[in-house]
Amino acid sequence: MKLEKVAQAPMAASGDGPMLLALRDVGKVFSNGVTALSDVNLTIREGDFLSLLGPSGCGKSTALRLIAGLSTPTSGVLDWRGSGSFDRSDIGFVFQEPTLLPWADVFDNVWLPLRLKGLSRAKAAPSVMEMLARVHLTGFENAVPRELSGGMKMRVSIARAMVTRPRVLLMDEPFGALDEITRFKLNNDLLELWQGERFTVVFVTHSVFESVFLSNRVVVMAARPGRVFREFAVDAPYPRDEAFRTSPDYAALCRQASDVLVGAINSTAGSHHDGH
Amino acid sequence: MTAIEGHTPTLDPEEARRLRQERLERIGRWLLPLAIMILAIWLWDRVCVWNDIPKYILPRPGVVLQTLHDDAGLLFSSLLVTLRITFLSLALAVVGGVGLAVLFAQSKWVEMSFFPFAIVLQVTPIVAIFPLINIYVDNQTTKLLLCAWIVAFFPILSNTTLGLNSVDRNLRDLFKLNGATQWQQLRYLRLPAAMPYFLGGLKIAGGLSLIGAVVAEFVAGATGQSSGLASRIIEAGYRLNAPRLFAALILISLIGILIFLVLSLISHLILRRWHESALKQER
Repeated sequence: MKLEKVAQAPMAASGDGPMLLALRDVGKVFSNGVTALSDVNLTIREGDFLSLLGPSGCGKSTALRLIAGLSTPTSGVLDWRGSGSFDRSDIGFVFQEPTLLPWADVFDNVWLPLRLKGLSRAKAAPSVMEMLARVHLTGFENAVPRELSGGMKMRVSIARAMVTRPRVLLMDEPFGALDEITRFKLNNDLLELWQGERFTVVFVTHSVFESVFLSNRVVVMAARPGRVFREFAVDAPYPRDEAFRTSPDYAALCRQASDVLVGAINSTAGSHHDGH
Repeated sequence: MTAIEGHTPTLDPEEARRLRQERLERIGRWLLPLAIMILAIWLWDRVCVWNDIPKYILPRPGVVLQTLHDDAGLLFSSLLVTLRITFLSLALAVVGGVGLAVLFAQSKWVEMSFFPFAIVLQVTPIVAIFPLINIYVDNQTTKLLLCAWIVAFFPILSNTTLGLNSVDRNLRDLFKLNGATQWQQLRYLRLPAAMPYFLGGLKIAGGLSLIGAVVAEFVAGATGQSSGLASRIIEAGYRLNAPRLFAALILISLIGILIFLVLSLISHLILRRWHESALKQER
């Protein structure tokens, strides 16, 4: 819970934290015969902001669900050994949609994970209020979701995922449905949160720009079957802000990432399962 | 959302027309049905007078009103009997319907096994079942209750079951991720999610429980054991006491309307903050 201001030396791009999770030869075949993932090898280090970038159908969401434990791999293993004791409550999950309880107000929505762990309203209140402050929603405790804008709903969703202080935050295209201005703002705020505490983030997106802006490592995935195409480091120091977004460095990095993504898409283009 | 709401001084013709339209509709919603109702009653009265219809065939509205007043003691004691059966059976329908739905929601297997029985119970006309109930059950109240309950519980069961099963998949995952127990999932997710469905079922069941109570009384009343409004109607029919028949009929209608209004109000109060159905249309 401590807010240590790590002397922010430009982070080694490849991530230098201890290993948190390794996916070894992970594959997933659905019961309808579709191979969602095949031979995925991936190492996630403590403190990483890792993006899974790829076209739709490349299995990035499936990979995220495997990591969350919402689904089990058909082959291969998820090796959490590097992480010491680790359980489900160390994972926070942010869905594509805000996925809030429509009948509950903002406070109750953020309270939910703590409530499920048996914390009373009074006991949970300090954590909930602090988390709401950190996503800039102070004063909206009593609003119900339908009274909030899309961006605010997503903030509630993030606060709910973070209120248990998870070590890993899994995000499944969380800002895909938002307008650009809101998305940029949320990108900035998410980075701010992350830099404050350096939890680990695995962020699924199909936006090159978003992945480059946010992460220190980008894993580009290709489709049919879903697999890791290439992995690269984003060699730019944090903190990243609006100035970074308009810098030539950022543009160059986006160009590189884009080239890799095009490569990944082309690697599937020859496949005759295209209409899948 | 700010202070300037509605009272902007200059409105373009289109907005002004819309505002006028809205105001008219608001008044019309109450006034029109009332006016038609009064017109219909007046016509009823005129038809009686014009055609010299004797009051044992079709009494004038005034006579019905007079009967309502004169027979008040008798009619209201019957009203209470019918009301009691109706609300008791509705309460039992809620308990039974929700209870069974929760049971069904625990496992697909339970639902698959027992739901067909509920359907059989529902589609068999209650009038056809009643003679059996009459044989097996001695207590008059129990008989009527059972009858009304069979009619009323199904919409609650079927709607609540649907509601419990239509929880957002991601929300279900969220609960799973947070290690929620079955009970927690039911309490914090599935029951609230099923609420709009349940309330929809409740509205239907409210009307049905009245129908069930009246039908049961009719069948039982034929054997002269009941004292509810329906048996007053039968009795009045035998004696060609049309005014009292009409009076009893009006009371039954009033119960039905009352039930509908109360249930609609409850539904609105519970859902008004979050559910689409209870939100005012904004343009």
